Amino acid sequence: MHLPPFFEIGSFEFGKHTVLILLSVALIAGFFLWAIRKQALVPSKGQYLGEIGYGFVRNSLGRDIIGEKEFRPWIPLLFTFFFFILVNNLFGSIPVLQLPTFSHPGSAYVLAGVAYVAWVFIGIKRHGFAHFMGKMTMPPDVPKVLYVFLIPIEFISNLIIRPVTHALRVFATMFAGHMAIMVAAGLLGYLVSEVGGLGILGGAGALFLGIFIFFLEILIQVLQAYIFTLLFAVYVDGALQEGH
Amino acid sequence: MTTHIMAASENPLIPNGWEMLITAIGFSILLFVAVKWIVPMFERTYAERTDAIEGGLAKAEAAQAEADRARDEYNQQLESARLEAQKIREEARAEGEKILADFKDRANVESARITENAHTAIAAERSAAVASLRNEVGSLAIQLSSKVVGESLSDDERSRRVVDRFLADLEQNPTDAGAQR
Repeated sequence: MHLPPFFEIGSFEFGKHTVLILLSVALIAGFFLWAIRKQALVPSKGQYLGEIGYGFVRNSLGRDIIGEKEFRPWIPLLFTFFFFILVNNLFGSIPVLQLPTFSHPGSAYVLAGVAYVAWVFIGIKRHGFAHFMGKMTMPPDVPKVLYVFLIPIEFISNLIIRPVTHALRVFATMFAGHMAIMVAAGLLGYLVSEVGGLGILGGAGALFLGIFIFFLEILIQVLQAYIFTLLFAVYVDGALQEGH
Repeated sequence: MTTHIMAASENPLIPNGWEMLITAIGFSILLFVAVKWIVPMFERTYAERTDAIEGGLAKAEAAQAEADRARDEYNQQLESARLEAQKIREEARAEGEKILADFKDRANVESARITENAHTAIAAERSAAVASLRNEVGSLAIQLSSKVVGESLSDDERSRRVVDRFLADLEQNPTDAGAQR
């Protein structure tokens, strides 16, 4: 399923995945630094494009969710999450590159881990460990008796399942999309070359299926980057808020 | 087909440690760049733009206020100029009236003086005429009566007394005297 690595250093395989991660970093940093290099009050087209991307994360993910007062320190993290995931996902739909980096689970785990540490850390820092745990596990306005059940359920749901789903959501969609395209492509190849005859007709069907999945994938790739960052913003907002 | 079999044999949920490390490194680099440059630069640009727009608005407001002030001042000046003109006109009229009245007074005084002089002159001339008439009428009358009565009456002293008495009577009662004559 994987291409062989380009070269190996010990057990480290320098493969396509590594190249794409580094490429994405270079692309994102390069583009935004290039776009804002002049810091013009009246933006050029390039700067305007950069501002649209930056402003989207800053305003609709940061300010609108975390709130006017507190969102500023979170802009870099939100920005990095969104564009890092977006570009790496889109690699899955670019010919030759053709690999969404987050179809490799390690990448998704790392990002979800960073997100988890960040919002739990800020929550504990803001409210203290005990209060934060109370916030996370004891929903308000519930009869006291129910806490017997609610505390374990809320604990598992908020502090264990939440980061896992955060990671698996992006990983699974990328992995599945990647597989679906591979299946469509494999089916096309098999029907045309191995079956022939009527199979070629079926191959045309597989081609349409593949093209459909390709565009669906682009949509999902963008959406997943958005959802991951959105959920992170929601988690941070929940951790920062007063009360329960 | 072999690829599918291989894929099935791997558990896709088990991560590769090196991939995690690379992802972490890549993410850290990008986060660093974002914290250090991208976000500050974009934020600074936004802030400057906000400042520029708000500064422009403030400047426009200041200019508007200045214009309003200037207009008020102008109106005020116009008003005071109008008042002043009114005052000057009023003063000029008063002045004119005063001058006119002065001239009238002076003319009246002058005419009174001239009239007075004329009266005086007429009176003086009249009395002079009366005096000379008295002399001449006396001497003429004596000449006439001496011619009428002849040389006997040429005694000057006596005739003068007669004339004087006659003229005194005449002055005391001119009409009677005239009528008698």
